[in-house]
Amino acid sequence: MSTRSIIPGSVELSIREKLTTLLQPASLTITNDSWKHRHHAAMREKDGGNGETHFSIRVVSAAFKGKTPIQRHRMINSALSEEFNQGLHALSLETRTEEEITQASG
Amino acid sequence: MFRPVLRSSTRLLRGTTPASFLSGRLAAYRFLSQEARSQIQKAVTSTPVVLFMKGTPDEPQCGFSRAAIQVLELQGVPQEKLKTFNVLADQELRSGIKEFSEWPTIPQIYVNGEFIGGCDILISMHQSGELETLLENNGVIPKVEETPAQSNSAAPAS
Repeated sequence: MSTRSIIPGSVELSIREKLTTLLQPASLTITNDSWKHRHHAAMREKDGGNGETHFSIRVVSAAFKGKTPIQRHRMINSALSEEFNQGLHALSLETRTEEEITQASG
Repeated sequence: MFRPVLRSSTRLLRGTTPASFLSGRLAAYRFLSQEARSQIQKAVTSTPVVLFMKGTPDEPQCGFSRAAIQVLELQGVPQEKLKTFNVLADQELRSGIKEFSEWPTIPQIYVNGEFIGGCDILISMHQSGELETLLENNGVIPKVEETPAQSNSAAPAS
């Protein structure tokens, strides 16, 4: 797995910073999945598929209260419009409130 | 079918500075010409379920698109009620639909002209049962008459 980097890249850091500001999250996990997509045609052109194009984000925040999944995803998508413009390709999002986590495990 | 109409809007796009393009949803809204917008509007209402994807149902070109089409198949969406558009075959559609939906990624799913979401939302709605209800209420799949099982319905008996 020499292609995987443990040190967060600049896109990941910028995502973390923007989502922290926007959502004041109780927890925020960002995983760079780009290496999984290195054979993906669009990705081959970018650093041999070793870049920062695909991320999974799990975020728990009170800011999601009363919002539908679409509204939650839109909040994140628009906060990251700059990253999308500069080559961010796909986000896998899990957006929940603390109450929803308690309900799911209870 | 989208090519001629969308061309004008992409030309406009190229002419704008990155900074103005970044300014978010309102700006993106303006880039799509009225003509292109009405073409896409026609497409999303052309059939009860419309999926914008990469590749085709038989040969999806992206894991997220593959997942989306699999969910729709699992739900039993009949072929005559589903239309898919391969955005890889039409670059203008690919950028046009992102602006139309104000959604930056593919796949995108519409039910009776209403934007439902992307792959994650489709899958989580599938798991929670909301998707089945939505498809039933929109007349895409027949309503199941029997009383739905209670809390343990998520795990099918084996």
